[in-house]
Amino acid sequence: MPAGRGKTAIGNFAQCKKCKKTLFSAEFLEALWICHHCGHHHRLSSEQRIACTFDEGSFVELDAELASEDPLQFPEYADKIQIATEKTGLNDGVISGRAKIDGMPVVAAIADFSFMGGSMGSVGGEKITRTLERGVDDRCPVVIFCASGGARMQEGLLSLMQMPKTTAAVQRCNENGIPYIAVFTDPTMAGVLASYASVADVILAEPKALVGFAGARVSKQAQVVKPPSDFQTAEFVARAGMLDKIVDRRELRGTLVALVKILGAHLRKGAKSG
Amino acid sequence: MAKTWKEWEKPVLELEELIEKLRVLIDAEADATKKKELHVRLEEFEKRRDNFIKVRYSRLGAWEKVLLARAEPRPYTLDYIANIFTDFTELDGDRRMGADHALVVGPAAMLDGRPVMIVGHQKGRDIQQRAYRNFAMCKPEGYRKAMRMFDMADRFGMPIITFIDTPAADPGVESEMRGISEAIAASMLKMFELTVPVVSVVIGEGGSGGAIGIGVANKVYMQEHAIYSVIPPEGCAAILWRDPTKGAEAAAALQLTAQSAMELELIDEILEEPFGGAHRDPVEAAVTVKETLVAALADLDKVPPKKLKEQRYDRYRKMGRFQTA
Repeated sequence: MPAGRGKTAIGNFAQCKKCKKTLFSAEFLEALWICHHCGHHHRLSSEQRIACTFDEGSFVELDAELASEDPLQFPEYADKIQIATEKTGLNDGVISGRAKIDGMPVVAAIADFSFMGGSMGSVGGEKITRTLERGVDDRCPVVIFCASGGARMQEGLLSLMQMPKTTAAVQRCNENGIPYIAVFTDPTMAGVLASYASVADVILAEPKALVGFAGARVSKQAQVVKPPSDFQTAEFVARAGMLDKIVDRRELRGTLVALVKILGAHLRKGAKSG
Repeated sequence: MAKTWKEWEKPVLELEELIEKLRVLIDAEADATKKKELHVRLEEFEKRRDNFIKVRYSRLGAWEKVLLARAEPRPYTLDYIANIFTDFTELDGDRRMGADHALVVGPAAMLDGRPVMIVGHQKGRDIQQRAYRNFAMCKPEGYRKAMRMFDMADRFGMPIITFIDTPAADPGVESEMRGISEAIAASMLKMFELTVPVVSVVIGEGGSGGAIGIGVANKVYMQEHAIYSVIPPEGCAAILWRDPTKGAEAAAALQLTAQSAMELELIDEILEEPFGGAHRDPVEAAVTVKETLVAALADLDKVPPKKLKEQRYDRYRKMGRFQTA
């Protein structure tokens, strides 16, 4: 499995970002960037995520040409996009395309936090929408990996409108019987959580992923009730009944395979007979 | 830079206070000549006030719009309901866990007797009312109550009218525990399912997710001095410059005015406000809103139910600016 961009490993050794303990690079890679001391799930680049989720070589990227404009001429936005593009080699924080998982076709989108915090602007919203619409067109399940700080403020109201736009596409999947599975990875916040992410048929999450509506600063200011120690983590959100299952990254592919197989069975049958 | 609407309008408010005092004096004055003299003074003052308003309102920046959108005397949802509709019955409760008074909902009739469903954020003017309304910040139960109304309206074929006026959705711990994000997302999703006309008017603050949670419509209007933003300007300033006092700079950068929303083709029309803002004449402000609603519903009546849903999808589908290089 390729380490890819954004790897924490350098040479033979790596260090856990959480517990700071030393890890053998080879073992770290084998464990899908989970620290074997503390279990911390390190953030993955979209490339790493694709590699450890879908059948080898099956992912075909689409809509890669979509790139941000600077519609508001927002301070420093153009520079930030340029820096993010140079750093990641991507045009946006959402990668979308078609893939196979255990031989079954899926439509997928993978958020990449390293591109401006995975924030959703016009491009991110468009790619997510196209992904969901493609699920309807292809008649195959949709899998979306979320990783985002929320809506991208540099595109102002245009970013906010990506919330209804993407949610509308989920509604299209619903009425066409297209299963949509969302995976909350660290972090899944604000405008993304409050739109397409939260209305998936099935919601999985990685352990300890930050999941919440209001930014930590805002939320703390507004506290009347004392937050529990695991406030805004996947565990907290699961207890609240807002997601289905927290899954260790090493078991995530298997869980997705089972869900796609069962929830998407009606679609594959249709494809054979039609 | 003024921090509140009162601070910004201080010169005008002072003049208005003087004018009020003069009126009392005139009423009390028995002597006809003196009365006439005072009248001349009064007219002078009124002229000065009007000039003041004219000049100040002709060069409103984004930040001044923020202050006006938040102004306490600005008409709120219940004021519009009182001035536009009859037979309003406020309904309450999400039938899940609680009541949320940041949102006012219920059926009413337009003046021509036509039944409609109303859903709107409600602010409070004094401390007690503000606490009762939670500053118009909805909790999950607010959006779930709204969804109840959307369902009911859809079943009974009633058009839905939503009034948007919220700083944000409630960011507290309890809201997180009860799934504020899911509630907003589910409410938007529900609005995309509807086969009745939905019309939205931003009457004050269109505060990000809190606003769009009841803001998915076939037609969206913004009042002249209303704002609509992805993030509060102070929050934006805190993130960008680590300085929440730079709200004015952030407001300008965010382009949160009705005029910008129109240029970005995100709303259908800007509703003109009375001279000096909606708070100077709530009744006249309501007339404009009423006329707009009547015209909008007449337009949407011509669209078959299934098409209404499609039109709503298409409306949002095309929002966004990007390049395909």
